[in-house]
Amino acid sequence: MTAAATPDTSNLVFDCETGNYHTFCPISCVAWLYQKIEDSFFLVIGTKTCGYFLQNAMGVMIFAEPRYAMAELEEGDISAQLNDYEELKRLCLQIKRDRNPSVIVWIGTCTTEIIKMDLEGLAPKLEAEIGIPIVVARANGLDYAFTQGEDTVLAAMAARCPDKAPATETEKDERNAVQKLLNFGRKKEDIRSEAAEYADHPPLILFGSLPDPVVTQLTLELKKQGIKVSGWLPAKRFTELPVIEAGSYVCGVNPFLSRTATTLMRRRKCKLISAPFPIGPDGTRAWIEKICSVFAIEPQGLAEREQQVWANLEDYLQLVRGKSVFFMGDNLLEISLARFLIRCGMTVSEIGIPYMDKRYQAAELALLEKTCHEMGVPLPKIIEKPDNYNQVQRIYALQPDLVITGMAHANPLEARGINTKWSVEFTFAQIHGFTNARDILELATRPLRRNHALKDLGWDKLVNVSSG
Amino acid sequence: MKLAYWMYAGPAHIGTLRIASSFKNVHAIMHAPLGDDYFNVMRSMLERERNFTPVTASVVDRHVLARGSQEKVVENIVRKDQEETPDLIVLTPTCTSSILQEDLQNFVERAQLEAKGDVLLADVNHYRVNELQAGDRTLQQIVQYYIEKARKKGELPAHKTEKPSVNIIGITTLGFHNQHDCRELKKLMNDLDIEVNAIIPEGASVYEIKTLPQAWFNLVPYRELGLMTAHYLQAEFGTPFVDITPMGVVETARCIRAIQHSLNEQGANVDYEPFIAEQTLYGSQAAWFSRSIDCQNLTGKKAVVFGDNTHAAAMTKILAREMGIRVVLAGTYCKYDEQWFREQVSGFCDEVLISDDHGMIADAIARLEPAAIFGTQMERHVGKRLDIPCGVIAAPIHIQNFPIGYRPFLGYEGTNQIADLVYNSFTLGMEDHLLEIFGGHDTKAVITKTVSADSDLTWSQDGLAELNKIPGFVRGKVKRNTEKFARDRNIEQITAEVLYAAKEAVGA
Repeated sequence: MTAAATPDTSNLVFDCETGNYHTFCPISCVAWLYQKIEDSFFLVIGTKTCGYFLQNAMGVMIFAEPRYAMAELEEGDISAQLNDYEELKRLCLQIKRDRNPSVIVWIGTCTTEIIKMDLEGLAPKLEAEIGIPIVVARANGLDYAFTQGEDTVLAAMAARCPDKAPATETEKDERNAVQKLLNFGRKKEDIRSEAAEYADHPPLILFGSLPDPVVTQLTLELKKQGIKVSGWLPAKRFTELPVIEAGSYVCGVNPFLSRTATTLMRRRKCKLISAPFPIGPDGTRAWIEKICSVFAIEPQGLAEREQQVWANLEDYLQLVRGKSVFFMGDNLLEISLARFLIRCGMTVSEIGIPYMDKRYQAAELALLEKTCHEMGVPLPKIIEKPDNYNQVQRIYALQPDLVITGMAHANPLEARGINTKWSVEFTFAQIHGFTNARDILELATRPLRRNHALKDLGWDKLVNVSSG
Repeated sequence: MKLAYWMYAGPAHIGTLRIASSFKNVHAIMHAPLGDDYFNVMRSMLERERNFTPVTASVVDRHVLARGSQEKVVENIVRKDQEETPDLIVLTPTCTSSILQEDLQNFVERAQLEAKGDVLLADVNHYRVNELQAGDRTLQQIVQYYIEKARKKGELPAHKTEKPSVNIIGITTLGFHNQHDCRELKKLMNDLDIEVNAIIPEGASVYEIKTLPQAWFNLVPYRELGLMTAHYLQAEFGTPFVDITPMGVVETARCIRAIQHSLNEQGANVDYEPFIAEQTLYGSQAAWFSRSIDCQNLTGKKAVVFGDNTHAAAMTKILAREMGIRVVLAGTYCKYDEQWFREQVSGFCDEVLISDDHGMIADAIARLEPAAIFGTQMERHVGKRLDIPCGVIAAPIHIQNFPIGYRPFLGYEGTNQIADLVYNSFTLGMEDHLLEIFGGHDTKAVITKTVSADSDLTWSQDGLAELNKIPGFVRGKVKRNTEKFARDRNIEQITAEVLYAAKEAVGA
């Protein structure tokens, strides 16, 4: 190992490279958000380039008649020969007629930025005219990377959350339709006694889009501590966005939601609980403990719960202990994943990350540091806006046991005898909470298990050295 | 603005990148925002490429918007020149650079002063051309650049090769079965005793380009990519070209005869007729297949063909002329080259559809109810929804269309592959229908065969049960006739009785 690759062990080292790295365009967030928000329609206002990316990155999903489409800009739109407002009105009316969504989300792209199309200005006018809410999110590649797309959408959605509980009974009924369905057939007294199971604390709203099973798991995990989740941004339907009152507490479940957090604090006057993220049993426990501490609740049985999860992971832990991992960086989950893998007994030499919000991720960074000290491993170097070319040179020098990277580099690295895991899978897999810790390790160990099975065949390096 | 869910041909820069990354030791630098380097993922995934894709982005971000990207682009070119010492760097504009209207040509000239390798700006406009047109243009541009460079240095070969020889032009990365086609074409040339002078762009070095004029003729297997280069070489050196796609038995023979004609014009005195006869009768199995009982059973079956110009036109001719299948609709998404397609398929199909709107094609398929579809991945999906088998014959394609086994579409082995593809598509359909006729399947809830909105009529339980007893390949028609019958008579619910009344009314 070179001196540069052995970081100072006392403090986290941050560095910033050229930003020449591979990641997904943030418009990819429509792929999971349209599925999450069931009554939405996502309209990406961009060019063929955006459409081609979505079509190819989403694979077979495109065939399932998704509730998203491109508003493909033509030369007349660029040169302003066509009227933006009229064009958007025509398309949105068509969407209203064919799909009748409860909300249309406009995704602004690089092109709308450069030609300065005033989407935020057009939306309220058009909204009033066609009677469907229009939410504008500028999820473009000029400013953001991959998962940050969700951040821009949720920050825009935060402005649409009602600020007080609905006044009239009918309105209340509508909003609580799902709740009522869940309570169906139960007596009022039962429901009231359920309320008593919760401690008395100010409203807590969680933010971050997760698959419904994970939402249920995390909600129940907090319920065990007597903490009630009064709402979740986003909810299953746009019409069910949570009530956010000034003074409510909010907490993020994903590391890439800094704009949403800022919006909730500044615009909605919420108090942000800064906690590590519930990824891995260590993260989940720290997340719950932090929320408990804010509400002055003594957490119950968390240590045992965590211990039990770790015990169940032992078969996987045996595979990863003492192995090294290198994050090239593309989805902002890197800090949390690295922290978890270090706790699993791995060493991490480099954490590449597109963007590092040290304030929003403060608790996560502190836990990373603490974990390194407790595990007795050197602190990793955190590289913001990495340079993939330089990283590949460092990977050659370090020969890590596992590289977590995008698909552009995975096959070439495998051909050079380096184990890789495709980073995007961590975005789409269920990785939050105690229950899903196993899934993270299932992903991380897959290349190790596969390559172990093939290890005696003598074909681990499949390119000529001369061909690079 | 246009509401779009799916596109057949990609944006222009994809075409340029396909050409650049097909060459050996050529690097492309995209002038693009973060995330536009998705091409690398496609190449690495679809082609299972072992090497890093030689494409990087000179990232356009907020700073660039404020200051212009000159320094950054020049820096990135010079840096890549040092890191990888490519022979050529192709600066590739995207939709973003189209609007920024920076003087990229000027950046290229500045970078050229420092770079050891050559630097070129791809001459493509996002808003004017698509992937295929851009690829055609970029290949011609690179060829012209190196021909002119060699001419200046006096390095152009003065003579043709001693023996008849050929350049194969238009084999690219991410092209539909191009690798296999290339191998098959090389074998064909070898069998015809023609030397392969060069294959471009796939696997070629830019230094080989100056040797292009020494070939006796150029072979351009695909309509979409390579013709501009062939025209250029003809204009510059008088090199004739053959642009008949050797796909299918008849067209392969036609292609070989055109080659023969071209060589004999230049005094080669070759006779390929015995070779064609031998290959047609015994080398390829396709001619025998078309004569066999299997193929007899396909006579008059209805098929829809859709794809790029090359594959859709060739497939239409094969189905109609070589297998006796009725092509009810042939279509292409190459709108810019519509005339050529119409000429090619005239007389071989009932109807021609030129469109890049996948909804239109899906509706046409639903309306025509063919026994099989030959199209792209999109048509395969339409087929799945309508229970119609589909053979994939053209891009856009998925990873399963990059087989590692040998699957050419061109040449005599290609005819065998196509026969299998066609026959397997149809037999699967037949088996399916036989199963249904004899009630071998579970009853399926889905009975609609239309893609468009559902009808306003309701079917009663017994009506549905009767409908499900009707063989799949006519069920859609029966359903539609019955619904029309019911609508004409203001019947709201369709029972078994109504169904049979409708059947009698049309005299079926």
